[in-house]
Amino acid sequence: MSEDLHEFALTVNGVTHDLAVPARRLLSDALRHDLGLTGTHVGCEHGVCGACTVLLDGRPVRSCLMFAVTAQGAEVTTVEGLANDDDSLGPVQQAFAECHGLQCGFCTPGFLTTITAGLRDNPTPTHEQARDMIAGNLCRCTGYQNIVKAVERAAELSGEQR
Amino acid sequence: MKPAPFRYHRPSTPAEACEALAAELRDGAGAKVLAGGQSLVPLLSMRLASPPALVDINHLDPAAGLAAIEIRPEGVHVGALVRHADLLASEEARLAQPLLAQALAHVAHPTIRNRGTSVGSIVHADSAAELPAVLALLGGSLDVGSVRGTRTVPAEELFVGPLESSLAPDELALGATFPALADGAGVAFAEVARRHGDYALVGVAALVSNDTVKAAYLSVSDVPTVIDLTDVPDDDLGEAALSRLDPIGDIHATADYRAQLVRVLTAKVVREARKAR
Repeated sequence: MSEDLHEFALTVNGVTHDLAVPARRLLSDALRHDLGLTGTHVGCEHGVCGACTVLLDGRPVRSCLMFAVTAQGAEVTTVEGLANDDDSLGPVQQAFAECHGLQCGFCTPGFLTTITAGLRDNPTPTHEQARDMIAGNLCRCTGYQNIVKAVERAAELSGEQR
Repeated sequence: MKPAPFRYHRPSTPAEACEALAAELRDGAGAKVLAGGQSLVPLLSMRLASPPALVDINHLDPAAGLAAIEIRPEGVHVGALVRHADLLASEEARLAQPLLAQALAHVAHPTIRNRGTSVGSIVHADSAAELPAVLALLGGSLDVGSVRGTRTVPAEELFVGPLESSLAPDELALGATFPALADGAGVAFAEVARRHGDYALVGVAALVSNDTVKAAYLSVSDVPTVIDLTDVPDDDLGEAALSRLDPIGDIHATADYRAQLVRVLTAKVVREARKAR
């Protein structure tokens, strides 16, 4: 059986792409397979691990729990869209590098998008709020201590940039 | 881990959505409504469900008002496209009925709350979810529409079994009404989960007014359960609740542990609801 394809435009990191995909195409798969944006990682594929988190109109969402066709009309931001305009690392990415906030790196894209939005909503989190900010994302390498440090460092770096 | 193929409908008005639901039911097994998708999409991906069609209501015309939170005389009216995060952030909703924010803080993680809808959680009718228990405790209701017209379903007629609501297969939930906190009444919510944001092992909400004490339980029975504890002495609250419940054991907690949580949490939320009056 051949499936109906849905043709629509999807805006990712400010660039509009034309897609023709079945309705069942997950947003995570559309980003990775159809657009080649493999920065978004797929871990559990049922909304638990947080690796596939992207920003939808600025708010973190699980891209594995959305169909690409539903994201039509929204602005999607992936980890590829978090660098500074001159391609240098954005503040959250810089903080992860400085604080050793990643080891294997599989979960990192989801943390970076989540923290980027978290610091926008709360630019000066307490230690407890920094822990809370990342509570919905799983990391099996770091033990989280350095990721919490990276949240706090990213808040400093963002403050300096403002 | 990929959903099976389905026909995709994207209505722009609630009437079109009801038409699509009715047409799919006429032609076969019927369609499921896609709102936030935070429960539905995993079910589809794991192929625990494979409906022949989805009706995506995320693109309904905003003029239909389904994304609105309204404070009405009868309570907080929450449209079918209101995300948990928006309801949790609504100061007006919190002032009118503080139990909403208290319970919503326990619904999954912020990232899930950004997408999941409060009304979707109610019609999903998971007895481990917070909002069905809240709606049941407050005696709220659900507005539903279909090609036959609209009707209002009281919460006590809504939850009929595990993941099963009394909605017809071609009915669309339009919004839920959570009665406002009455003068002199108090509410409280508590749950124990393995980690914050996980499904509760047991959750309890309490409503205390001048002449009644009621508690609602999640993750204890097949459906959210409301128990009248009026006139029960404080020391007997837990046992009185347990006499009406039959907690089950599973991989996450034994039946005995759930019973102990019912005892402890019942006493705690009733005490806190009294204090909040």
